[in-house]
Amino acid sequence: MRPWLAARLAALALAFCAASVFAKDIKMATTTSTDNSGLLQYLLPKFEADCHCKIHYTAVGTGAALKLGQNGDVDVVLVHARPSEDKFVAAGYGVNRRDVMYNDFVIVGPASDPAGIKGMHDPLAALKKLHASGATFVSRGDDSGTNKKELAYWKAIGIKPGGPHYLAVGQGMGATLTVAGEKQAYTLSDRATYATYASKTGLEILVQGNRKLLNPYGVIAVSPKRYPKVNYKGAMTFIEWLTSPTGQRAIGDYRFKGAQLFHPDYKKN
Amino acid sequence: MDLLEPTSQAFRLLFSGDPELWRIIWLSLWVSLAAIALVAAPSIALGFLLAKKRFPGQRAAVVLVQALLSFPTVVIGLVIYLLLSRRGPLGSFELLFTPWAIMIGYMMIAFPILVVFTISAVQGADPRVYETARCLGADRLRASLTTLFEVRFGILAAVVNGFGRAISEVGCAIMVGGNIAGLTRNIPTAIALETTKGDFAQGIALGFVLMVVALGVNVLLALLQGQGGLK
Repeated sequence: MRPWLAARLAALALAFCAASVFAKDIKMATTTSTDNSGLLQYLLPKFEADCHCKIHYTAVGTGAALKLGQNGDVDVVLVHARPSEDKFVAAGYGVNRRDVMYNDFVIVGPASDPAGIKGMHDPLAALKKLHASGATFVSRGDDSGTNKKELAYWKAIGIKPGGPHYLAVGQGMGATLTVAGEKQAYTLSDRATYATYASKTGLEILVQGNRKLLNPYGVIAVSPKRYPKVNYKGAMTFIEWLTSPTGQRAIGDYRFKGAQLFHPDYKKN
Repeated sequence: MDLLEPTSQAFRLLFSGDPELWRIIWLSLWVSLAAIALVAAPSIALGFLLAKKRFPGQRAAVVLVQALLSFPTVVIGLVIYLLLSRRGPLGSFELLFTPWAIMIGYMMIAFPILVVFTISAVQGADPRVYETARCLGADRLRASLTTLFEVRFGILAAVVNGFGRAISEVGCAIMVGGNIAGLTRNIPTAIALETTKGDFAQGIALGFVLMVVALGVNVLLALLQGQGGLK
Protein backbone atom coordinates (compact mmCIF):
# COMPACT_ATOMS: atom_id res chain seq x y z
CA MET A 1 0.00 0.00 0.00
CA ARG A 2 2.72 2.41 0.99
CA PRO A 3 4.76 2.45 -2.22
CA TRP A 4 1.53 2.85 -4.13
CA LEU A 5 0.73 6.04 -2.19
CA ALA A 6 4.22 7.37 -2.74
CA ALA A 7 3.95 6.75 -6.45
CA ARG A 8 0.60 8.54 -6.56
CA LEU A 9 2.04 11.49 -4.68
CA ALA A 10 4.99 11.63 -7.04
CA ALA A 11 2.70 11.53 -10.03
CA LEU A 12 0.62 14.33 -8.54
CA ALA A 13 3.69 16.46 -7.90
CA LEU A 14 4.87 15.84 -11.43
CA ALA A 15 1.50 16.85 -12.80
CA PHE A 16 1.61 20.11 -10.86
CA CYS A 17 5.10 20.87 -12.11
CA ALA A 18 4.03 20.12 -15.65
CA ALA A 19 0.97 22.32 -15.30
CA SER A 20 3.02 25.23 -14.06
CA VAL A 21 5.51 24.77 -16.89
CA PHE A 22 3.03 24.35 -19.70
CA ALA A 23 0.28 26.73 -18.61
CA LYS A 24 2.49 29.80 -18.76
CA ASP A 25 1.00 33.13 -17.78
CA ILE A 26 0.02 35.43 -20.63
CA LYS A 27 1.52 38.90 -20.83
CA MET A 28 -0.36 41.62 -22.67
CA ALA A 29 0.45 45.22 -23.54
CA THR A 30 -2.58 47.40 -24.05
CA THR A 31 -3.68 51.02 -24.08
CA THR A 32 -4.65 53.20 -21.17
CA SER A 33 -8.24 53.49 -22.41
CA THR A 34 -9.08 49.80 -21.93
CA ASP A 35 -7.67 49.99 -18.41
CA ASN A 36 -9.04 53.40 -17.33
CA SER A 37 -12.51 52.44 -18.52
CA GLY A 38 -12.59 49.37 -16.31
CA LEU A 39 -13.13 47.07 -19.30
CA LEU A 40 -10.15 44.86 -18.55
CA GLN A 41 -11.07 44.45 -14.91
CA TYR A 42 -14.45 43.25 -16.13
CA LEU A 43 -13.28 41.10 -19.03
CA LEU A 44 -10.09 39.42 -17.86
CA PRO A 45 -11.50 37.53 -14.84
CA LYS A 46 -14.10 35.98 -17.19
CA PHE A 47 -11.35 34.94 -19.57
CA GLU A 48 -9.17 33.56 -16.78
CA ALA A 49 -12.10 31.52 -15.45
CA ASP A 50 -12.70 30.06 -18.92
CA CYS A 51 -9.10 29.24 -19.79
CA HIS A 52 -7.80 28.34 -16.32
CA CYS A 53 -4.81 30.57 -16.88
CA LYS A 54 -3.47 33.93 -15.74
CA ILE A 55 -3.14 37.06 -17.86
CA HIS A 56 -1.12 40.10 -16.81
CA TYR A 57 -1.23 43.39 -18.61
CA THR A 58 0.55 46.70 -18.73
CA ALA A 59 -1.47 49.72 -19.87
CA VAL A 60 0.57 52.18 -21.90
CA GLY A 61 0.04 54.14 -25.11
CA THR A 62 -0.47 52.26 -28.39
CA GLY A 63 3.01 53.21 -29.61
CA ALA A 64 4.61 51.90 -26.44
CA ALA A 65 2.45 48.78 -26.45
CA LEU A 66 3.54 47.92 -29.98
CA LYS A 67 7.13 48.64 -29.00
CA LEU A 68 6.83 46.13 -26.16
CA GLY A 69 5.56 43.59 -28.67
CA GLN A 70 8.33 44.49 -31.09
CA ASN A 71 10.91 43.79 -28.39
CA GLY A 72 9.27 40.48 -27.54
CA ASP A 73 8.52 41.66 -23.99
CA VAL A 74 4.84 40.65 -24.18
CA ASP A 75 2.86 37.86 -25.84
CA VAL A 76 -0.11 39.79 -27.16
CA VAL A 77 -1.10 43.41 -27.79
CA LEU A 78 -4.56 45.00 -27.72
CA VAL A 79 -4.29 48.45 -29.32
CA HIS A 80 -6.04 51.04 -31.45
CA ALA A 81 -4.12 52.56 -34.34
CA ARG A 82 -4.73 50.64 -37.54
CA PRO A 83 -1.85 51.98 -39.67
CA SER A 84 0.69 51.22 -36.94
CA GLU A 85 -0.87 47.79 -36.35
CA ASP A 86 -0.54 46.94 -40.04
CA LYS A 87 3.07 48.07 -40.02
CA PHE A 88 3.69 45.92 -36.95
CA VAL A 89 2.32 42.85 -38.72
CA ALA A 90 4.01 43.63 -42.03
CA ALA A 91 7.39 43.93 -40.30
CA GLY A 92 6.94 40.40 -38.99
CA TYR A 93 6.56 41.26 -35.31
CA GLY A 94 2.93 40.22 -35.06
CA VAL A 95 0.62 37.58 -36.47
CA ASN A 96 -3.12 36.89 -36.58
CA ARG A 97 -4.41 40.42 -36.22
CA ARG A 98 -8.15 40.56 -35.58
CA ASP A 99 -10.70 43.34 -35.17
CA VAL A 100 -12.14 43.22 -31.67
CA MET A 101 -14.30 46.21 -30.92
CA TYR A 102 -14.57 49.95 -31.28
CA ASN A 103 -15.36 52.90 -29.08
CA ASP A 104 -15.37 56.56 -29.97
CA PHE A 105 -13.49 59.77 -29.42
CA VAL A 106 -14.90 63.06 -28.23
CA ILE A 107 -13.49 66.58 -28.26
CA VAL A 108 -13.81 68.06 -24.80
CA GLY A 109 -13.17 71.53 -23.48
CA PRO A 110 -14.14 74.13 -20.90
CA ALA A 111 -17.84 74.86 -20.40
CA SER A 112 -17.23 78.46 -21.47
CA ASP A 113 -16.16 77.11 -24.90
CA PRO A 114 -14.17 80.15 -26.11
CA ALA A 115 -13.69 78.59 -29.56
CA GLY A 116 -17.44 78.09 -30.00
CA ILE A 117 -17.33 74.49 -31.23
CA LYS A 118 -20.07 73.10 -29.02
CA GLY A 119 -22.59 70.98 -30.90
CA MET A 120 -20.39 70.40 -33.93
CA HIS A 121 -19.99 66.82 -35.18
CA ASP A 122 -17.17 66.82 -37.69
CA PRO A 123 -13.85 66.75 -35.78
CA LEU A 124 -11.99 68.28 -38.72
CA ALA A 125 -14.24 71.33 -38.95
CA ALA A 126 -14.16 71.68 -35.16
CA LEU A 127 -10.37 71.57 -34.96
CA LYS A 128 -10.11 74.07 -37.79
CA LYS A 129 -12.36 76.49 -35.94
CA LEU A 130 -10.53 75.82 -32.68
CA HIS A 131 -7.21 76.57 -34.31
CA ALA A 132 -8.50 79.77 -35.91
CA SER A 133 -9.84 80.99 -32.56
CA GLY A 134 -6.40 80.67 -30.97
CA ALA A 135 -7.75 78.54 -28.12
CA THR A 136 -5.33 76.25 -26.28
CA PHE A 137 -5.29 72.56 -27.19
CA VAL A 138 -3.65 69.90 -25.05
CA SER A 139 -2.21 66.92 -26.90
CA ARG A 140 -1.26 63.52 -25.52
CA GLY A 141 2.04 63.82 -27.39
CA ASP A 142 2.95 60.29 -26.35
CA ASP A 143 2.65 58.42 -29.63
CA SER A 144 -0.50 56.68 -28.37
CA GLY A 145 -3.42 55.68 -30.57
CA THR A 146 -5.33 58.79 -29.47
CA ASN A 147 -2.31 60.91 -30.25
CA LYS A 148 -1.93 59.35 -33.70
CA LYS A 149 -5.61 59.99 -34.39
CA GLU A 150 -5.31 63.61 -33.34
CA LEU A 151 -2.24 64.14 -35.52
CA ALA A 152 -4.07 62.56 -38.44
CA TYR A 153 -6.89 65.11 -37.98
CA TRP A 154 -4.43 68.02 -38.03
CA LYS A 155 -2.77 66.59 -41.10
CA ALA A 156 -6.12 66.21 -42.85
CA ILE A 157 -6.88 69.92 -42.42
CA GLY A 158 -3.35 70.95 -43.36
CA ILE A 159 -2.39 72.46 -40.02
CA LYS A 160 0.96 71.75 -38.44
CA PRO A 161 0.25 71.76 -34.71
CA GLY A 162 2.64 73.76 -32.55
CA GLY A 163 3.16 77.11 -30.96
CA PRO A 164 2.28 78.37 -27.50
CA HIS A 165 -1.37 77.27 -27.76
CA TYR A 166 -0.53 73.63 -28.43
CA LEU A 167 0.60 71.77 -25.32
CA ALA A 168 2.00 68.27 -25.80
CA VAL A 169 2.17 66.67 -22.36
CA GLY A 170 3.57 63.28 -23.29
CA GLN A 171 1.46 61.45 -20.72
CA GLY A 172 -1.60 59.24 -20.46
CA MET A 173 -5.17 60.33 -21.17
CA GLY A 174 -5.94 61.02 -17.51
CA ALA A 175 -2.99 63.36 -17.04
CA THR A 176 -3.80 65.06 -20.34
CA LEU A 177 -7.40 65.71 -19.27
CA THR A 178 -6.15 67.05 -15.95
CA VAL A 179 -3.82 69.50 -17.67
CA ALA A 180 -6.65 70.53 -20.02
CA GLY A 181 -8.90 71.15 -17.02
CA GLU A 182 -6.28 73.27 -15.28
CA LYS A 183 -5.47 75.25 -18.41
CA GLN A 184 -9.14 75.54 -19.42
CA ALA A 185 -8.11 74.07 -22.74
CA TYR A 186 -9.45 71.58 -25.28
CA THR A 187 -8.36 68.03 -25.93
CA LEU A 188 -9.27 64.86 -27.80
CA SER A 189 -10.19 61.95 -25.53
CA ASP A 190 -11.69 58.52 -25.73
CA ARG A 191 -15.16 58.58 -24.22
CA ALA A 192 -14.32 56.09 -21.48
CA THR A 193 -11.42 57.95 -19.94
CA TYR A 194 -13.24 61.26 -20.27
CA ALA A 195 -16.20 59.81 -18.35
CA THR A 196 -13.87 58.95 -15.46
CA TYR A 197 -12.38 62.44 -15.38
CA ALA A 198 -15.43 64.55 -16.23
CA SER A 199 -16.25 65.65 -12.69
CA LYS A 200 -12.61 66.03 -11.67
CA THR A 201 -11.74 68.32 -14.57
CA GLY A 202 -15.03 70.13 -15.14
CA LEU A 203 -14.56 69.66 -18.90
CA GLU A 204 -17.55 69.07 -21.16
CA ILE A 205 -18.09 67.06 -24.34
CA LEU A 206 -18.32 69.59 -27.15
CA VAL A 207 -17.93 67.52 -30.31
CA GLN A 208 -19.16 63.95 -30.78
CA GLY A 209 -21.08 61.56 -32.98
CA ASN A 210 -19.20 61.37 -36.26
CA ARG A 211 -17.86 58.42 -38.22
CA LYS A 212 -14.40 60.00 -38.22
CA LEU A 213 -14.38 59.77 -34.43
CA LEU A 214 -14.72 56.00 -34.33
CA ASN A 215 -11.83 54.20 -32.67
CA PRO A 216 -11.36 50.54 -33.65
CA TYR A 217 -9.30 48.16 -31.52
CA GLY A 218 -7.25 45.25 -32.80
CA VAL A 219 -5.64 42.32 -31.04
CA ILE A 220 -2.36 40.87 -32.33
CA ALA A 221 -0.24 37.92 -31.20
CA VAL A 222 3.51 38.51 -31.06
CA SER A 223 5.20 36.36 -33.69
CA PRO A 224 6.60 33.10 -32.33
CA LYS A 225 8.91 32.95 -35.36
CA ARG A 226 10.55 36.19 -34.30
CA TYR A 227 10.52 35.41 -30.60
CA PRO A 228 10.37 31.65 -29.94
CA LYS A 229 10.16 32.33 -26.19
CA VAL A 230 6.81 34.15 -26.29
CA ASN A 231 3.69 32.41 -25.04
CA TYR A 232 2.12 32.12 -28.46
CA LYS A 233 -0.33 29.45 -27.40
CA GLY A 234 -1.57 31.60 -24.56
CA ALA A 235 -1.82 34.63 -26.83
CA MET A 236 -3.93 32.67 -29.32
CA THR A 237 -6.16 31.34 -26.56
CA PHE A 238 -6.83 34.94 -25.55
CA ILE A 239 -7.43 36.10 -29.12
CA GLU A 240 -9.79 33.20 -29.78
CA TRP A 241 -11.71 33.93 -26.61
CA LEU A 242 -11.92 37.68 -27.25
CA THR A 243 -13.36 37.12 -30.73
CA SER A 244 -15.58 34.20 -29.72
CA PRO A 245 -19.31 34.78 -29.20
CA THR A 246 -18.67 34.62 -25.42
CA GLY A 247 -15.94 37.26 -25.49
CA GLN A 248 -17.79 39.50 -27.93
CA ARG A 249 -20.95 39.34 -25.83
CA ALA A 250 -18.98 40.21 -22.70
CA ILE A 251 -17.53 43.29 -24.42
CA GLY A 252 -20.99 44.44 -25.50
CA ASP A 253 -22.42 43.78 -22.04
CA TYR A 254 -19.91 45.97 -20.27
CA ARG A 255 -21.41 49.14 -18.87
CA PHE A 256 -19.52 52.09 -17.48
CA LYS A 257 -21.64 54.41 -15.35
CA GLY A 258 -24.64 52.95 -17.13
CA ALA A 259 -23.37 53.54 -20.66
CA GLN A 260 -22.04 51.13 -23.27
CA LEU A 261 -18.53 52.22 -24.22
CA PHE A 262 -17.25 49.39 -26.39
CA HIS A 263 -19.02 47.80 -29.33
CA PRO A 264 -17.85 44.33 -30.40
CA ASP A 265 -17.12 44.15 -34.13
CA TYR A 266 -15.22 40.94 -34.89
CA LYS A 267 -16.23 39.54 -38.27
CA LYS A 268 -15.04 36.17 -39.51
CA ASN A 269 -13.84 36.54 -43.07
CA MET B 1 17.26 44.44 -27.34
CA ASP B 2 19.97 46.32 -29.18
CA LEU B 3 21.79 48.89 -27.05
CA LEU B 4 24.36 50.14 -29.52
CA GLU B 5 21.95 51.46 -32.12
CA PRO B 6 19.98 53.82 -29.82
CA THR B 7 23.23 54.94 -28.18
CA SER B 8 24.87 55.98 -31.42
CA GLN B 9 21.58 57.59 -32.42
CA ALA B 10 21.67 59.47 -29.12
CA PHE B 11 25.04 61.01 -29.86
CA ARG B 12 24.02 61.95 -33.36
CA LEU B 13 20.99 63.66 -31.84
CA LEU B 14 23.11 65.56 -29.32
CA PHE B 15 25.67 66.81 -31.78
CA SER B 16 23.24 67.61 -34.55
CA GLY B 17 21.90 70.38 -32.29
CA ASP B 18 18.35 69.03 -32.25
CA PRO B 19 16.42 72.10 -31.02
CA GLU B 20 13.83 70.08 -29.09
CA LEU B 21 16.57 68.27 -27.17
CA TRP B 22 18.50 71.41 -26.31
CA ARG B 23 15.33 73.19 -25.21
CA ILE B 24 14.76 70.39 -22.69
CA ILE B 25 18.35 70.66 -21.44
CA TRP B 26 18.18 74.43 -21.20
CA LEU B 27 14.91 74.29 -19.25
CA SER B 28 16.37 71.86 -16.74
CA LEU B 29 19.43 74.01 -16.22
CA TRP B 30 17.77 77.38 -15.82
CA VAL B 31 14.95 76.21 -13.58
CA SER B 32 17.34 74.37 -11.25
CA LEU B 33 19.85 77.22 -11.18
CA ALA B 34 17.17 79.83 -10.54
CA ALA B 35 15.62 77.73 -7.78
CA ILE B 36 18.99 77.31 -6.06
CA ALA B 37 19.85 80.98 -6.49
CA LEU B 38 16.58 81.98 -4.85
CA VAL B 39 16.62 79.51 -2.00
CA ALA B 40 20.35 79.53 -1.18
CA ALA B 41 20.66 82.76 0.82
CA PRO B 42 17.70 82.20 3.19
CA SER B 43 18.58 78.52 3.69
CA ILE B 44 22.21 79.29 4.49
CA ALA B 45 21.14 82.04 6.89
CA LEU B 46 18.73 79.66 8.61
CA GLY B 47 21.38 76.95 8.77
CA PHE B 48 23.80 79.37 10.36
CA LEU B 49 21.25 80.46 12.96
CA LEU B 50 20.33 76.87 13.81
CA ALA B 51 24.01 76.02 14.25
CA LYS B 52 25.02 79.07 16.26
CA LYS B 53 22.11 80.47 18.17
CA ARG B 54 20.74 78.82 21.29
CA PHE B 55 17.00 79.13 21.68
CA PRO B 56 14.19 76.96 23.00
CA GLY B 57 13.09 74.42 20.41
CA GLN B 58 16.35 74.70 18.49
CA ARG B 59 17.04 70.99 18.74
CA ALA B 60 13.53 70.20 17.51
CA ALA B 61 13.95 72.59 14.59
CA VAL B 62 17.18 70.86 13.55
CA VAL B 63 15.54 67.44 13.76
CA LEU B 64 12.61 68.71 11.70
CA VAL B 65 14.87 70.01 8.92
CA GLN B 66 16.82 66.77 8.95
CA ALA B 67 13.58 64.84 8.63
CA LEU B 68 12.69 66.97 5.61
CA LEU B 69 15.81 65.56 3.93
CA SER B 70 14.11 62.22 3.54
CA PHE B 71 10.77 63.72 2.61
CA PRO B 72 9.60 62.07 -0.63
CA THR B 73 9.65 64.49 -3.54
CA VAL B 74 6.34 63.18 -4.83
CA VAL B 75 4.73 64.36 -1.59
CA ILE B 76 6.26 67.78 -2.14
CA GLY B 77 4.80 67.57 -5.64
CA LEU B 78 1.41 66.64 -4.24
CA VAL B 79 1.40 69.54 -1.77
CA ILE B 80 2.38 72.05 -4.44
CA TYR B 81 -0.20 70.58 -6.79
CA LEU B 82 -2.97 71.00 -4.24
CA LEU B 83 -1.87 74.56 -3.51
CA LEU B 84 -1.53 75.68 -7.12
CA SER B 85 -4.42 73.78 -8.69
CA ARG B 86 -7.27 75.83 -10.08
CA ARG B 87 -9.33 74.61 -7.14
CA GLY B 88 -6.52 75.23 -4.65
CA PRO B 89 -5.91 78.32 -2.53
CA LEU B 90 -3.33 79.75 -4.95
CA GLY B 91 -5.20 78.67 -8.09
CA SER B 92 -5.87 82.20 -9.28
CA PHE B 93 -2.17 82.69 -10.08
CA GLU B 94 -2.41 79.92 -12.72
CA LEU B 95 1.03 78.62 -11.87
CA LEU B 96 0.33 74.90 -12.13
CA PHE B 97 1.92 73.26 -15.22
CA THR B 98 4.35 76.16 -15.71
CA PRO B 99 8.12 76.25 -15.11
CA TRP B 100 7.43 78.39 -12.02
CA ALA B 101 5.65 75.48 -10.36
CA ILE B 102 8.68 73.26 -10.95
CA MET B 103 10.93 75.98 -9.58
CA ILE B 104 8.88 76.16 -6.37
CA GLY B 105 9.19 72.38 -6.08
CA TYR B 106 12.95 72.48 -6.57
CA MET B 107 13.26 75.19 -3.94
CA MET B 108 11.40 73.03 -1.43
CA ILE B 109 13.53 70.02 -2.35
CA ALA B 110 16.84 71.88 -2.08
CA PHE B 111 15.93 73.80 1.07
CA PRO B 112 16.56 71.07 3.70
CA ILE B 113 19.77 69.96 1.96
CA LEU B 114 21.16 73.48 2.06
CA VAL B 115 20.15 74.00 5.68
CA VAL B 116 21.52 70.69 6.97
CA PHE B 117 24.81 70.99 5.08
CA THR B 118 25.23 74.55 6.35
CA ILE B 119 24.56 73.47 9.93
CA SER B 120 27.25 70.81 9.83
CA ALA B 121 29.69 73.12 8.03
CA VAL B 122 29.22 75.90 10.59
CA GLN B 123 29.37 73.51 13.52
CA GLY B 124 32.63 72.18 12.16
CA ALA B 125 34.15 75.67 12.04
CA ASP B 126 36.50 76.83 14.72
CA PRO B 127 34.36 78.92 17.11
CA ARG B 128 37.34 81.20 17.68
CA VAL B 129 36.84 82.64 14.20
CA TYR B 130 33.60 84.26 15.31
CA GLU B 131 34.98 85.35 18.68
CA THR B 132 38.16 86.80 17.17
CA ALA B 133 36.16 88.72 14.60
CA ARG B 134 33.99 90.14 17.40
CA CYS B 135 37.09 91.09 19.43
CA LEU B 136 38.55 92.85 16.44
CA GLY B 137 35.45 95.06 16.37
CA ALA B 138 33.25 93.30 13.82
CA ASP B 139 29.51 93.53 14.45
CA ARG B 140 27.47 90.31 14.66
CA LEU B 141 26.55 90.23 10.98
CA ARG B 142 30.15 90.85 9.95
CA ALA B 143 31.42 88.13 12.31
CA SER B 144 28.81 85.70 10.99
CA LEU B 145 29.82 86.38 7.41
CA THR B 146 33.46 85.83 8.39
CA THR B 147 32.53 82.43 9.83
CA LEU B 148 30.57 81.52 6.70
CA PHE B 149 33.52 82.59 4.58
CA GLU B 150 35.76 80.30 6.60
CA VAL B 151 33.51 77.34 5.81
CA ARG B 152 32.79 78.43 2.22
CA PHE B 153 33.70 75.04 0.78
CA GLY B 154 31.20 73.29 2.99
CA ILE B 155 28.59 75.85 1.91
CA LEU B 156 29.57 75.32 -1.72
CA ALA B 157 29.10 71.59 -1.26
CA ALA B 158 25.64 72.36 0.11
CA VAL B 159 24.77 74.40 -2.97
CA VAL B 160 26.14 71.77 -5.36
CA ASN B 161 24.20 69.02 -3.62
CA GLY B 162 20.99 71.03 -3.63
CA PHE B 163 21.44 71.69 -7.33
CA GLY B 164 22.17 68.03 -8.05
CA ARG B 165 19.09 66.88 -6.20
CA ALA B 166 16.90 69.43 -7.98
CA ILE B 167 18.08 68.83 -11.55
CA SER B 168 17.75 65.06 -11.28
CA GLU B 169 14.32 65.03 -9.63
CA VAL B 170 11.46 63.57 -11.65
CA GLY B 171 8.37 62.92 -9.49
CA CYS B 172 7.65 66.46 -8.42
CA ALA B 173 8.62 67.91 -11.82
CA ILE B 174 6.18 65.71 -13.72
CA MET B 175 3.35 66.26 -11.22
CA VAL B 176 3.46 70.05 -11.08
CA GLY B 177 5.10 70.68 -14.46
CA GLY B 178 3.03 68.28 -16.53
CA ASN B 179 5.89 67.42 -18.91
CA ILE B 180 4.56 69.87 -21.55
CA ALA B 181 6.81 69.91 -24.62
CA GLY B 182 8.71 73.17 -24.96
CA LEU B 183 7.25 74.54 -21.73
CA THR B 184 7.85 72.27 -18.75
CA ARG B 185 9.52 69.20 -20.21
CA ASN B 186 12.92 68.86 -18.56
CA ILE B 187 15.63 66.20 -18.65
CA PRO B 188 14.25 63.71 -16.11
CA THR B 189 10.61 63.96 -17.22
CA ALA B 190 11.65 63.63 -20.86
CA ILE B 191 13.68 60.52 -20.07
CA ALA B 192 10.71 59.02 -18.23
CA LEU B 193 8.43 59.79 -21.18
CA GLU B 194 10.75 58.66 -23.96
CA THR B 195 11.28 55.34 -22.22
CA THR B 196 7.56 54.65 -21.96
CA LYS B 197 7.28 55.59 -25.63
CA GLY B 198 10.00 53.10 -26.41
CA ASP B 199 12.14 55.86 -27.93
CA PHE B 200 15.42 55.19 -26.19
CA ALA B 201 17.82 57.39 -28.20
CA GLN B 202 16.58 60.66 -26.74
CA GLY B 203 16.49 59.16 -23.27
CA ILE B 204 20.09 58.02 -23.54
CA ALA B 205 21.20 61.40 -24.92
CA LEU B 206 19.51 63.27 -22.07
CA GLY B 207 20.78 60.83 -19.46
CA PHE B 208 24.27 61.43 -20.77
CA VAL B 209 23.86 65.20 -20.48
CA LEU B 210 22.57 64.83 -16.93
CA MET B 211 25.59 62.75 -15.94
CA VAL B 212 27.98 65.23 -17.57
CA VAL B 213 26.35 68.08 -15.64
CA ALA B 214 26.58 66.15 -12.37
CA LEU B 215 30.18 65.23 -13.01
CA GLY B 216 30.99 68.78 -14.10
CA VAL B 217 29.73 70.52 -10.98
CA ASN B 218 31.41 67.97 -8.73
CA VAL B 219 34.73 68.30 -10.53
CA LEU B 220 34.41 72.06 -10.19
CA LEU B 221 33.73 71.67 -6.49
CA ALA B 222 36.71 69.35 -6.05
CA LEU B 223 38.98 71.81 -7.88
CA LEU B 224 37.84 74.71 -5.71
CA GLN B 225 38.27 72.67 -2.56
CA GLY B 226 41.69 71.54 -3.72
CA GLN B 227 42.84 75.15 -4.05
CA GLY B 228 41.37 75.95 -0.66
CA GLY B 229 43.35 73.15 0.90
CA LEU B 230 46.60 74.61 -0.43
CA LYS B 231 46.53 77.83 1.54
